[in-house]
Amino acid sequence: MLVSVYRYNPETDSEPYMQDVEVSLPEGKDPMVLDVLNLIKEKDQSLSYRRSCREGVCGSDGVNMNGKNGLACITPVSEVVSRGKLVVRPLPGLPVVRDLVVDMGVFYKQYQRIKPYLQNSSPAGGRERLQSPEDRAKLDGLYECILCACCSTSCPSFWWNPEKFVGPSGLLQAYRFLADTRDEATEERLADLDDPFSVFRCRGIMNCVSVCPKGLNPTKAIGHIRDMLLSRAT
Amino acid sequence: MVTNVLNYGRSGVADWVVQRFSALILAAYTVVMVIWLAVNGSELTFAQWQGFMGQTWVRIFTLLTVLALAGHAWIGLWTVATDYLKKSGVRVAFLGGVLISLFSYVVWGISIIWGF
Amino acid sequence: MTGLRKLSFDAVVIGGGGAGMRASLQMAQSGFKTACLTKVFPTRSHTVSAQGGITCAIASADPNDDWRWHMYDTVKGSDYIGDQDAIEYMCSVGPEAVFELEHMGLPFSRFENGRIYQRPFGGQSKDYGAGGQAARTCAAADRTGHALLHTLYQANLKNNTTFLNEWFAVDLVRNQDGVVVGVIAIEIETGEVVFVESKATVLATGGAGRIYASTTNAHINTGDGIGMALRAGYAMQDMEMWQFHPTGIYGAGTLVTEGCRGEGGYLINKDGERFMERYAPNAKDLAGRDVVARSMMTEILEGRGCGENSDHVYLKLDHLGKEIVHNRLPGITELSKTFAHVDPAVTPIPVVPTCHYMMGGIPTNVNGQAITQIKGKDQAIPGLYACGEAACVSVHGANRLGGNSLLDLVVFGRAAGIFIEEQLQQGIDYRLASEDDVDRAMSRLNALNSNDNGEDTAVLKRELQSCMQNYFGVFRDGEYMKKGRDNLNIMRDRVANIAISDKSGAFNTARMEALELQNLFEVAEATAIAADERMESRGAHSRNDYPERDDKNWLCHSMYHPETKKLTKRDVNFKPQTVDTFEPKVRTY
Repeated sequence: MLVSVYRYNPETDSEPYMQDVEVSLPEGKDPMVLDVLNLIKEKDQSLSYRRSCREGVCGSDGVNMNGKNGLACITPVSEVVSRGKLVVRPLPGLPVVRDLVVDMGVFYKQYQRIKPYLQNSSPAGGRERLQSPEDRAKLDGLYECILCACCSTSCPSFWWNPEKFVGPSGLLQAYRFLADTRDEATEERLADLDDPFSVFRCRGIMNCVSVCPKGLNPTKAIGHIRDMLLSRAT
Repeated sequence: MVTNVLNYGRSGVADWVVQRFSALILAAYTVVMVIWLAVNGSELTFAQWQGFMGQTWVRIFTLLTVLALAGHAWIGLWTVATDYLKKSGVRVAFLGGVLISLFSYVVWGISIIWGF
Repeated sequence: MTGLRKLSFDAVVIGGGGAGMRASLQMAQSGFKTACLTKVFPTRSHTVSAQGGITCAIASADPNDDWRWHMYDTVKGSDYIGDQDAIEYMCSVGPEAVFELEHMGLPFSRFENGRIYQRPFGGQSKDYGAGGQAARTCAAADRTGHALLHTLYQANLKNNTTFLNEWFAVDLVRNQDGVVVGVIAIEIETGEVVFVESKATVLATGGAGRIYASTTNAHINTGDGIGMALRAGYAMQDMEMWQFHPTGIYGAGTLVTEGCRGEGGYLINKDGERFMERYAPNAKDLAGRDVVARSMMTEILEGRGCGENSDHVYLKLDHLGKEIVHNRLPGITELSKTFAHVDPAVTPIPVVPTCHYMMGGIPTNVNGQAITQIKGKDQAIPGLYACGEAACVSVHGANRLGGNSLLDLVVFGRAAGIFIEEQLQQGIDYRLASEDDVDRAMSRLNALNSNDNGEDTAVLKRELQSCMQNYFGVFRDGEYMKKGRDNLNIMRDRVANIAISDKSGAFNTARMEALELQNLFEVAEATAIAADERMESRGAHSRNDYPERDDKNWLCHSMYHPETKKLTKRDVNFKPQTVDTFEPKVRTY
């Protein structure tokens, strides 16, 4: 199978290029894209990419495969290959460090900006804070985010304003804490999001939903935040 | 919280509300005009048109629509500019142009509506 | 000092998994200048893959639950070579540590009364084994590790821990007095080598499951801390003890939580028989992991395995109904669909015992201080600490119970943090590292960088993994292990002679993989020698040539000494402070 991989080494290349590699896949199997990258790397160790858990929970290997973002480790080649060719590029919209490795600094910065930790200053006593299963269920579809950046880097609004628009991932996390009945900082959190960029740059095109490898729905979470901001203003 | 000088509203919510509210006005105005034109349009005379536009409620409604259009366009174009115009000089020049145009349209619009 | 940049901290934690971040959190909270140095962004650490939960007697499922019952289970599970003072500490302090996690925001699943949800796991009992199956594993659906790791990262952000993300620790730096004063590390993004100096160095580098070809472990689990400690000459404890998880997905190796069996799933052979009823009549599928894994292998070896090659068995969940499978085990549903192409609510999952956890590691006391033995006496290594899977406290002994690893890492990450805090408050004085000290720590990296003609990492890694898989797997045999050791002996020089063709600086993963392979090799060799020389069967260490447990000779820890490559024995602690000793008994489930 023909694989076209994005290559760039800042020390030796003046500009990035696509490298075509012929890879022979094990017969009768449908390997994951990560397996293919590993096969290439066994032959050419200069290819760099991130990987860790290889089962879709650590979020290391977000890449762009034939035009769509996803995790290389849980994307079968057959699912993305088109006309016999697999094209692997780094996640779009972030600076490339090398080959498929992008600088995720601005993505993490937006995550930190939403204060991604529980804020509750009331004494908890010697045991856990109670939470009903119904209240806990409000966190489903939110806490599972693995910070792979597939969503935010598929979002044009994030491409244009990565410093100002929190992006789908960060907003999903923001809502995870807004929705948590144990959190007491709702007002501060909302006040910090009430500007024309942070939340409202979402135009609802739902690229984030289409690419999320965990099947989460950031657009819906953003809608909830907008509702909360509206009811706070009125 | 992200702050920006060339920001129309106080907040994102305000912008968002203005955008939706002005859109409603624009839509309502469009509907009224389309219906009126459909009913009277086949043999429309200038006198008829002037008569219609001269009614106080139409004048007020039109003024409201002109203002809504200006607000809607400003927020929309400001958003487009902050998305796509990355050089601040270019963006300020563009937005300045937009501002002057919109202001002119509003003044012109008022003079048309109330000037006859 | 060859012009290396130097960074100085009060404490540096190597590893950004659960143990490392719990330790760094503790120290950052009290305002010490703490760095967490990790080769991957913290939430990519392998803790993220833990599924079923964190076992702890918080008395939620059963209001009468008692940490002493948990202690009894853990001692029994360890096949009696877990240190009872450490197990006592873990089980008694556990509830406090778990409630802290909840207060930090960990989204635990809940019971109707609002308390934390607990599910049954293997090896759990009430009333010291007399009261039947207990449900003691606190869970956030089947994503507990993910929830825990993210919560700890968030808490560290809140407390301004300095993160050195995507930095790779190469080797320990010791001063002329043998005090550990920091590490040599590579900033991966640029390739710059930096001396990270610290008053306390905590190794929280996790496991090394990648020494085996088939493992539930992440690619990054390469035993870097163990490698560093062995190269520094420190002895490792119980390295023969490797847990094979009964349910790794056949072919892919990805983990299927024991929680599946806790929720009512069970294993079947090719005849559809629930075979665990024969091996463990009481606990059945929830016997200790070593027992279940061996039973599965026996079924397979005796020809009752499933599939074309009769080389796996099935984990049956479909009788639980769609609702339970999809609500309580959503992650498993996802993984099964991706890697086994089955929906577990409809079709059983093909599974096979898969390397999962390293019970051994750097010997430590309950304060996280790394221990060495001088003339048979325990002595703390100044400046060096360890916690989590890299450490061997030892609470798991010869076999870890499910759900105890997450508890281990929060309790002992926390304990190490608390102890180092106290030490820092009292003041830690040492002589600064000289140029020679730093150069010595640089020698391995320098050798790798200057070698132009040598062995290929990928080839060697494959050889190493298949050697370990073939000769040091679930069942072991002296004759085979000798062959394995011979293979490793030949491999040693080749591993030292790795060359990388790509010598660039920026994000050079070839260099990382070469350094990692050298760490893997150190771990593999320690495992091989310890396994060959422990002449009995105990817990996860099962020998065909010595099938019985031998308490007379081997009711002890093994200590592997890298310089002599010899094994010595270290006493197990049988002196808990507040309860009576649990005397060794025959272990049945």
